[in-house]
Amino acid sequence: MKNETLGDKLFDWAVHALLALVCVIVMYPLLFVLVASFSSPDAVMRGEVWLWPKGLTWVGYSKIFQNREILTGYMNTILYTVIGTSINLVMSIAAAYPLSRKDLYGRNVISALLVFTMFFSGGMVPTYLLIKSLGMLNTMWALIIPGAISVYNVLIMRTFFQNGIPYEMQEAAAMDGCSNMSTLIRIVLPLSMPIIAVMILFYSVGHWNAYFSALMYLTDREKYPLTLFLREILIQGQMQEMQGIGDDVHANAVMESEAIKYAVVIVANLPVLMLYPFLQKYFVKGVMIGAIKG
Amino acid sequence: MKKQATIPAAQGGASARTIRSPIARQIRKNWELYLLLLPVIAYFILFEYVPMYGVQIAFKNFIATKGIWGSPWVGLQHFERFFDSYYFWRLIKNTLGIGLYQLFVGFPVPILLALMINEVRSRKFSRFVQTVTYAPHFLSTVVVVGMIFIFLSPQTGLVNLVITWVRGEPIEFLTEPIWFKSIYVLSGVWQQMGWSSIIYLAALTSIDPQLHEAARVDGASRWQRIWHINLPGIMPTIVILLILNMGSLLSVGFEKVYLMQNSLNMAASDVIATHVYNKGIIDGQYSYSAAVGLFNSVVNFILLVIVNRIARKVSDTSLW
Repeated sequence: MKNETLGDKLFDWAVHALLALVCVIVMYPLLFVLVASFSSPDAVMRGEVWLWPKGLTWVGYSKIFQNREILTGYMNTILYTVIGTSINLVMSIAAAYPLSRKDLYGRNVISALLVFTMFFSGGMVPTYLLIKSLGMLNTMWALIIPGAISVYNVLIMRTFFQNGIPYEMQEAAAMDGCSNMSTLIRIVLPLSMPIIAVMILFYSVGHWNAYFSALMYLTDREKYPLTLFLREILIQGQMQEMQGIGDDVHANAVMESEAIKYAVVIVANLPVLMLYPFLQKYFVKGVMIGAIKG
Repeated sequence: MKKQATIPAAQGGASARTIRSPIARQIRKNWELYLLLLPVIAYFILFEYVPMYGVQIAFKNFIATKGIWGSPWVGLQHFERFFDSYYFWRLIKNTLGIGLYQLFVGFPVPILLALMINEVRSRKFSRFVQTVTYAPHFLSTVVVVGMIFIFLSPQTGLVNLVITWVRGEPIEFLTEPIWFKSIYVLSGVWQQMGWSSIIYLAALTSIDPQLHEAARVDGASRWQRIWHINLPGIMPTIVILLILNMGSLLSVGFEKVYLMQNSLNMAASDVIATHVYNKGIIDGQYSYSAAVGLFNSVVNFILLVIVNRIARKVSDTSLW
């Protein structure tokens, strides 16, 4: 652009400066936690750590690997994420594909049945009582089955099936004697890998980060996901400290949790944060497809 | 959802037997699709509509041994108890306060961010900003609240170290009720602004570049082009999201509130959803808390319908 005025240039400059500032604000807390996780807890507590590790140590990480509960929680979270996401995926395809077919009689009624639940629900208590009466309390199914389908994700997927896969292709397959099921498995799904990737990512991040259903439905510590142990370390421990229970007796415990809490944040988010830069475009694609619908 | 031409419902079972009926043929042809939908419909009925039906315990006195069906009706007793309770106005004030705060602060930020990112010509820088600002979206609520605690702790938090250095004593951010709303909303902006901006960025890319070309020829500045082309271009998206946000004004995401809540900041942090959880699941007052929850859902739904209607009148953009 040759014909830029001074005002435009200033504007450009201001935009870049502001965005750089936003990046610093967003990144710094994450960076600090990373740096603090490698620093001596003493130095962190005295506020000597800002940008660079001080008193380099692995003590936080080694404590995590000695902590049996955190490891159990980690394994549980992986288990719930894998099983939960598989069920989510199968159910979402089973919902989205038929609803994407214009020749499906009753499709509007069924869609309406699904969409209505986005705006109105029975609420926490009736759902809890249902889970209780189904005997799912304190089982992993209570974390997986009640959220087996997200309507929002089904709508994204349906939009993809409708716009991304030529209907003529499906008709041609039917003409050649392909049943609906084999059209889905042999033609539609292989062409839908991008949206399937998006769904796997959306659902698995959801499972990985979920804590509330576990809090509500699980009582057995052996079954707790990682997030509930994180809550104890990061929030409940801190709360006691703040309410002044930090005398000599507790000093050791406080130091212990100080040492572990930064490392545990890093370990808990590692899978997501490591994969994220590579998968970013898929996530964004998912939101974009969702946006077209709206 | 667009309404397609609906086929008269009169052709029920009678015509299903005659192969000539197009509907019956269609259903028969697509039987596998219905089979696929079967578990889906079963799921929605069992886990969405049965709880909606079960919400009748709000009008009953739930007795565990008698179940939802057998418990006696008590009319609006639980609602009256809620409206008369000491909590009612506090809950409304907190829930609505957080919702409105979020709407005024949290809603415009992603729009501004998207408009700014859209002005960046270097693809590298633009992608960098996006990668960085999207990242916190993937942190779990527990971790975000944990980080809030880490940074704001009066003894060891970084923020309070600076404050102590400046004014001699720390601020009790996490236990003073006045700070609660700001911490809640601003940390939400920190976490979600990037992610929420994606949808506006998508809308911005669909604006016809010829409009910008023409404006440039006419001597419009960057600022004028943003104001007169980009902003009107994403207006429909803004309206839709505004409707959705207004509809959830009273459904403050309680996962985060619950984690940030403690006995000292209850005056500001007690919201409808946490009240339902504490009274219902923890204390076991099922009927009363179901009534509170139902009140909340109904108000939300009414708000959504009203805002949607206003939006349709004013801007021709609406959800339905």
